[in-house]
Amino acid sequence: MTKDESVLIIGGGIAGFQAALDLAAAGVQVHMVEKSPSIGGRMAQLDKTFPTNDCSICILAPKMIETYGHKNINVRTYAEVQKVSGSIGDFQVEILQKARFVYEDKCTGCGACMEKCPKKVSSEYEMGLADRRAIYFPFAQAVPRVATIDKDACIHFKTGKCLLCVKECQAGAIDHKMEDEVITVNVGAIIVATGFDVYLPYEMEEYGYGRYENVVTAMEFERIINAAGPTHGHMQRLSEDKGRPKRLAFIQCVGARDVRHDRPYCSAVCCMHSTKEAMLAREHHSDTDSWIFYTDMRAFGKGFWEYIERGERDYGINYIRGKPGEIIEDPETKDLILYYTDRETREVRALEVEMVILATALIPRADAPEVAQILGIEMDEYNFFKAPNVMMSTDTTREGVYMAGYCQKPMDIPDAVAQGSATAARAMEAMAQNPKGGTSQKEVTA
Amino acid sequence: MRHDEEPRIGVFVCHCGSNIGGWLDVPAVAEYAGTLPYVVHSEDNLYTCAEDGLAAIRKAIKEQDLNRVIVASCTPRTHEPLFQATCEEAGLNRYLFEFVNIRDQCSWIHMSEWDAATEKAKELVRMGVAKATRLVPLDRSTAPVELVAMVLGGGITGMTAARAIANSGFEVYLVERRSVLGGLLNRLHKIWPTEESPRQLLDGLEADLEANERVHILTGTEMVDLKGFVGNFDVTLMPVEGNGDGLDLKVGTIIVATGADEMKPDGLYGYGEVEGVVTELELETMLREGNLPEIGNAVFIQCTGARGQRVTYCSRVCCMTGIKNAMELRELYPEASINVLYRDIMAYGISYEELYQRARVKGVGFIRHPKEEPPRVETGPDGKVRVTYRDVILGRDIVQDVDLVVLSTPLVQHEDAKELAQMLRVPLGQDRFFFEAHVKLRPIDFASDGIFLAGTAHGPKDIEESIVQALGAASRSLTFLKAGQVLSEPIVAVVDEDSCIGCGNCIEVCPYGAIELKEGGKRGQVAEVNPGLCKGCGTCPGACPSSSIQQLGFTDEQILAMITALANGGD
Repeated sequence: MTKDESVLIIGGGIAGFQAALDLAAAGVQVHMVEKSPSIGGRMAQLDKTFPTNDCSICILAPKMIETYGHKNINVRTYAEVQKVSGSIGDFQVEILQKARFVYEDKCTGCGACMEKCPKKVSSEYEMGLADRRAIYFPFAQAVPRVATIDKDACIHFKTGKCLLCVKECQAGAIDHKMEDEVITVNVGAIIVATGFDVYLPYEMEEYGYGRYENVVTAMEFERIINAAGPTHGHMQRLSEDKGRPKRLAFIQCVGARDVRHDRPYCSAVCCMHSTKEAMLAREHHSDTDSWIFYTDMRAFGKGFWEYIERGERDYGINYIRGKPGEIIEDPETKDLILYYTDRETREVRALEVEMVILATALIPRADAPEVAQILGIEMDEYNFFKAPNVMMSTDTTREGVYMAGYCQKPMDIPDAVAQGSATAARAMEAMAQNPKGGTSQKEVTA
Repeated sequence: MRHDEEPRIGVFVCHCGSNIGGWLDVPAVAEYAGTLPYVVHSEDNLYTCAEDGLAAIRKAIKEQDLNRVIVASCTPRTHEPLFQATCEEAGLNRYLFEFVNIRDQCSWIHMSEWDAATEKAKELVRMGVAKATRLVPLDRSTAPVELVAMVLGGGITGMTAARAIANSGFEVYLVERRSVLGGLLNRLHKIWPTEESPRQLLDGLEADLEANERVHILTGTEMVDLKGFVGNFDVTLMPVEGNGDGLDLKVGTIIVATGADEMKPDGLYGYGEVEGVVTELELETMLREGNLPEIGNAVFIQCTGARGQRVTYCSRVCCMTGIKNAMELRELYPEASINVLYRDIMAYGISYEELYQRARVKGVGFIRHPKEEPPRVETGPDGKVRVTYRDVILGRDIVQDVDLVVLSTPLVQHEDAKELAQMLRVPLGQDRFFFEAHVKLRPIDFASDGIFLAGTAHGPKDIEESIVQALGAASRSLTFLKAGQVLSEPIVAVVDEDSCIGCGNCIEVCPYGAIELKEGGKRGQVAEVNPGLCKGCGTCPGACPSSSIQQLGFTDEQILAMITALANGGD
């Protein structure tokens, strides 16, 4: 009954995995396309997850491997959808498989090539806090564990020389002459689950991000406290002293709920992840003190308010209602002084800390307009993909194209997982009602 | 079978980045493992669960002809299926794999004791090796799935789930206790952000359901008994009123979408004592029926009963309900003063933040008070309600006599949810809502296969979020219905009928109702375990006075071997 059903999923993060695994378990053939060299998505970058403080990669890795290994799921990494035609029940999709210059079937994942590669570039996975080589795995648990050559960085593509990686590779897996390929697949439905970007608040000069070394974003801090991160799990300042910060300030709503920067929406997860990060900092070193500056404490999910209370009670987190107006760096010590109005006491105060973590807005991906155009779907005023019927929030403006996770609107992991499953249901409904080549176009309204 | 030959054990010790390797000597543990009896291969990996780690396992199975595999790493909770599947891919029965937990149960809890933690990890590995030598291959069997789903609860969540399943080609029974479908939505005036009547939403859905011959709507009906297991549930339904005939159904999967109630805040802020104090739903009823009194001023009190007052949690939707209704009063009474007293406004995401902004522009007042200083409500002069509240911006108490006080109370689980939970054999959380299999990654699954969870039965959420979960639960159901068969775990209890004395102790302790007495054995009756129902919890082997029950995968012999290995030390 389901033999001919197939679905395209764009984006190999947690929302896409859930959709893929549901469909695959139901016997539907899944084509998953991921733009970067490894599946995993944002969740692979997180240290722990709230409100259980589960190790993020530890619970994610089995999903990554299950997805990659499933007989009904064909995962293409380092690939992009470039053209979609057809309609619900019968889409033709052109996938651009970018050349990774390493044969997936030959690479053993030994990593010898990247030890020899002389070219270092900033690691996207480590939020620029560490380097990777021009030939690289994005991270240790990358799936597939196949090296990829970053063409823009590789010396050989600039000078025609080097080829140290080729000499080192025992498996003969590297081929700088490899070319991009275009593959066409035919699917009954499409699910887009492309996730989000992190807002980098360079323009908000009052906080000195990019100017003060010890002002970091929350995502950077995730990497700094992660055992496998750039500092090997040692809590460290980014200033030259590499000192251990004992006093941390977290500022909420940076670039979010911010009319000034045309981003009035709330990112929905930051109150929770700042609390989590403050907890983890205290777990690393019991003499760490944290202050969280917030506007409203948005702890609305299951078990969230209890988590905030635990943060206050068991981890000594200081919650301060009020937003610092300015941060000044002490040029000698590289410590940071925050000026703020305490809205409870209505006093202007200063607080000196050793590191500031900005809970910046999570925003639609920079390539969202391009994806929207290729898929023929609309976006809202912020570039989140638009749901024409708010009560069917996983439906896009194009019939047969569904969406899950943060690319639709701000949400946390369990909501993204629920949406992943929801899109799988919508895809199965769509295919049952629009069998390939069929003419039935029954519309489903809520 | 290779396991019949002398054991050839491979041990893989994982650094888990620095989760293990940072707190104990992983290479030393791997080296030690290599010295243990029957261990022919041992190594340490940065991440055994990463692709190269799994490749190393497959390679060693083939090259070293391993017939047992041990991974010493994180926890079987998340990683056992992965390593089992890896063994299977390399041609080894998945039950010849043994997990040794040296992270959750060693490195993470002995972070400042490098030497002792290393010793303990060695001991745990030694015990694992002792057990592994006694492992036997087990087989998973397949059973057909009844191609029918049942949805409990006929609110917006249950209706949506039922429609998705039926649209995908399967029969579905929609069971609702009340005489009408629609649940809590029947009591709402308007829904946000469409500002339409909930009727529009419900009528469309109801028409779809009625038009679909695969949907069987059973209103005024409740489940009174449940037996069986995933793919093969036996359900007994009865009319809620009267003594009509019951209905026995066989269903493959069950979706729990039983919803929630609004808390009645008796004794809080004058509710039930002071005239003119109502809950949000009571206000919505008045709005719907058009019998509101003239209102010159009104106050909404958020977090009534929530966040530590009666329940611990934030109920997610009450800020929006309060703002929605404040806006509605604003429209109806443009001259009125409408104030919302709050602790934090939970206007998460995009559309709620927009609504919040819009309400402020329209002149709804938002006045915050600290948790420690809640407003006070009492009977005021001239039939008014006197509200006294702290204004933190002004830094003083405000006394206001108003026409209406609206209490935003949390959604709470139904009073009798425990009964249903027991019938389904699924847990309730501390907040009394149904408790999912994994908070992060399995939000709409129960730990029991084939039973799923959606909507406000899982916890407070809005209509759109409930619909997402409804579709999600439909998808989870379809994974079984479309597959048409289920694999059963062989880690179950088995009874030695020759020694069983038929005492029935095991039946009493079994939490899953998996054991029954049947005729047979030397004493006339013996226990029989239904492997489909047995979850392998291990309770009955412990309760059996004649040691007649063994749990496969955890037999007495295997456990004793582990204890002996521990007690005898390394020599």
